[in-house]
Amino acid sequence: MKVIQKIGLILFLIGLGVFTAIPFLGTYKLSQEMVSANTKDIHEEKMLEILTPIYDQSYSSNFQFLSEFNQEFGTYNDALKAEAKWDEVIWDDYSFSLGKAALSSPVKDNPWLWMFLSIGLAVLGGLLYNLPKYKDEPEGIKNNGIFHSKMKNRGWLGMLTGSYLILFYVILYWFPAYLVNLVAMVDPLSMILSGNPASQWFLYGFVYTLAIIVMGIRMFRKYRGNKYQQLRTASVMFFQTAFAFLIPEILVLLNQPYFDFKNIWPLDYDFFYSYQLDSFLSGGSVGMFMLIWGILLIIIGVPVFTYFFGKRWYCSWVCGCGGLAETVGDPYRQLSDKSVKSWKIERYLINGVLVLAVVMTILTIANYFSDFWLLGEATNQLHSFYGFAIGSAFAGVVGTGFYPFMGNRVWCRFGCPLAAYLGIVQRFKSRFRITTNGGQCISCGNCSTYCEMGIDVRWYAQRGQNIVRSSCVGCGVCSAVCPRGVLKLENGPEEGRINELPIIIGNDSVKINA
Amino acid sequence: MDPNRHILIIGNGIAGVTLARHIRKRDSSVKITLVSGESKYFFSRTALMYVFMGHMKFEHTQPYENFFWGKNRIELIEEWIESVDFAQKSAKFQSGETLTYDQLVIATGSKPNKFGWPGQELKGVQGLYSKQDLELMEENTKDVRRAVIVGGGLIGIEMAEMLAYKKIPVTFLVREKGFWRNVLPKEESELISKHVREHHIDLRLETELVEINDDGNGKVKAIKTNHGEEIPCEFVGLTAGVTPNVDFLRNSKLEVNRGVVVNSKFETNIPDVYSIGDCAEFKEKPAADRKNIEQVWYTGRMHGETLALTLTGQATDYQPGVWFNSAKFLDVEYQTYGTVPADWDGDEFQSFYWEHRSNKVAFRMLMDSNGNIVGVNNFGFRLRHEFFDKAIKEKWTGQKVISKLEKANFDPEFFAPFYIEIQKAFLKEYGGGFKPEKRSFIQKLFGASV
Repeated sequence: MKVIQKIGLILFLIGLGVFTAIPFLGTYKLSQEMVSANTKDIHEEKMLEILTPIYDQSYSSNFQFLSEFNQEFGTYNDALKAEAKWDEVIWDDYSFSLGKAALSSPVKDNPWLWMFLSIGLAVLGGLLYNLPKYKDEPEGIKNNGIFHSKMKNRGWLGMLTGSYLILFYVILYWFPAYLVNLVAMVDPLSMILSGNPASQWFLYGFVYTLAIIVMGIRMFRKYRGNKYQQLRTASVMFFQTAFAFLIPEILVLLNQPYFDFKNIWPLDYDFFYSYQLDSFLSGGSVGMFMLIWGILLIIIGVPVFTYFFGKRWYCSWVCGCGGLAETVGDPYRQLSDKSVKSWKIERYLINGVLVLAVVMTILTIANYFSDFWLLGEATNQLHSFYGFAIGSAFAGVVGTGFYPFMGNRVWCRFGCPLAAYLGIVQRFKSRFRITTNGGQCISCGNCSTYCEMGIDVRWYAQRGQNIVRSSCVGCGVCSAVCPRGVLKLENGPEEGRINELPIIIGNDSVKINA
Repeated sequence: MDPNRHILIIGNGIAGVTLARHIRKRDSSVKITLVSGESKYFFSRTALMYVFMGHMKFEHTQPYENFFWGKNRIELIEEWIESVDFAQKSAKFQSGETLTYDQLVIATGSKPNKFGWPGQELKGVQGLYSKQDLELMEENTKDVRRAVIVGGGLIGIEMAEMLAYKKIPVTFLVREKGFWRNVLPKEESELISKHVREHHIDLRLETELVEINDDGNGKVKAIKTNHGEEIPCEFVGLTAGVTPNVDFLRNSKLEVNRGVVVNSKFETNIPDVYSIGDCAEFKEKPAADRKNIEQVWYTGRMHGETLALTLTGQATDYQPGVWFNSAKFLDVEYQTYGTVPADWDGDEFQSFYWEHRSNKVAFRMLMDSNGNIVGVNNFGFRLRHEFFDKAIKEKWTGQKVISKLEKANFDPEFFAPFYIEIQKAFLKEYGGGFKPEKRSFIQKLFGASV
């Protein structure tokens, strides 16, 4: 390893270490003013009363503070729950906003410095590590040593990385109050972009975007000489940075609804939730445009683009989840399971999630337009179940945390309802296919090994059959790693796209194929 | 034919496995047994190098999941066969057990050539063909400061790449004037030689192995070349071609020359005994541009496909179509369609050769004296098999082939349109009533330039 790469690795690890340590810094002291400022009017009086015992007490860690907070808050709620006084229970979680207010720490005092020491060093280190890769080597894809790696072949480094990611997601989704220090660190950036203080989602979006950029640059190095890989990587980097991160923040700055123009229902599962519809409908012409745009993407954008280009136009060129999978997840693509059994599980699971998302959305819309006459607040429970099980646990914890265990497309392959919808169009009405080059396949297995979606590409290639599979995201890596020039992603006429009884050319003894 | 007859196939390489699969497709009752001492389950031999280099695990080289064989009622036996009693129709395993058959297919493949060099049996000296060879190579390449590879063919360059992965300096001895020069024309051979050197591989052309020296403990210490030079090394790769793996059948009633002698239906001199793949030797060449022994993955597969017809009641002669082959030399892919010999007489063929300034992309087309296509070589970009199979079969003129070259392009989207440059170069040299393709809007937009 070159010296500069070693320095990069060290800087990255320092940055990661600081990032991990930051939540443990600082002290917490809550005042009445903070409670007044951070609670809804209907809760203000009650909260002021509940939290009386902890005012102006100094807590030396988030654990201590949150434990006290939860104690007081929990006691109040539990008593009401025991008496079944459900309307008096405070369902809002104020631990994050009050924790953030109560915090005083060097990070909060000097956010830019700490941002540099944590995220900054990690990014810098990542760049120093990735940029010199394959320098002075001839162009070509090198998968050397991947299965000898502790990181990329479920070794201890991979296990550690996966565990870290899982822990991060669990805290992010369900215990964000522990992250207030990190969120406070990115406050000034958020103020610049949207004019509002940061939430944990801003922190997440910021880190997510930087991860895609740094690892996208790694992709440029790794796939030197492969224009297709480089262009689609540039594309996901652009869509993440501009559409998923910057534009929504700037919209908020301009007093418009927060909106990611490339996120499509049913991946964007709350698109038709009442609060979303309200924000569109109250957002004037811009809000109305967002609503119409979102609906047009669902009913016209998806089928038309998928007809012409296959689902790759979205999954490996535009999508944010896909963007992370294709950059940060690329080192783990070979860990997907290729067995027929996993294919069966995949079909039940992903289409099951699609059905669930559709049913939930239909009920939600029906409920909305019947002025909540149909189901009342019952859809809320459905929403919270879906948000917990699918939106958070499946897409986040499993989807990303499991990269080092099950490959980089666990969510996209087994869970994403939009991928299921795109896949149905791709399978039955599309011009996209992967063509195999006559008889040139040597069954080596590189294509199948590096297919992140677990498609046994070789099964088709060695019998000269086009690959038409609903799950294929068109990343093009099978074609890139093929040593014999067998695979090509193509859009062409629908006729002959699915050739069930292929003939391998080159042998004139065999006239028809049984 | 007895519907319950037992077909025993010795060897589970691409030839034997293709045969077994195709028999089962056409006949659901016949009993099929595949025997191999090398590996219980079929794997892709061509992928062994990728296992060594950590691109794949061994199980990734297995094209079919383990349940496949049971589901298709193809019985697998993992044992070496020691001899065959053709009179009793019985094969004897190393364990001493025997297995009777009604029809026997010998598909035992090849083994590395060893030309009687002194010291060729020393520890640290080996070829690369089987799974066992791979395991041996893992063992033999620990603590190696320098390695020497003897023989400039496809396995040689694979071995060089494998050793380079382990950062072992390699000296590569090639007898010919250029790399794979007995197969590739001069320019192509030079292009690859240059690329080999770019990878810091010490390529020695016109150099032969004379002897391998012992370190006193039965291990290789150095080799000596025909130029009198001694090269210290701890590993020697013997990759000067392969030869049929049929020694266990010699001195029997079966006619064996270099390989098992067969006719165009893969029948041997003994009824109900057949041979396919690398180990079969045709009495007569299957076609003018073919050899008596075909040692390529693709031909093994075709042998299997063809014999399956005969063994399921449709006697079929082996009729290979237009020749094709492919390889990858380090980072440079190679494909060939039709006939492009290493050398030819000036008036026999007209040759068109184009090479990109990177020295990594090249295209050659040979035409007969009437200007009709005979074959192509392409390096560093991909061409469509179907296109050239048709063009060569139908004897298109060179002009027609080049004018339609865009249709033959098999490179991924957004790649540089080399076919345009080839068209321009061809027009300059041979003329022709067509215009070069224009770059598409997308190609212009993304700056795809040659």
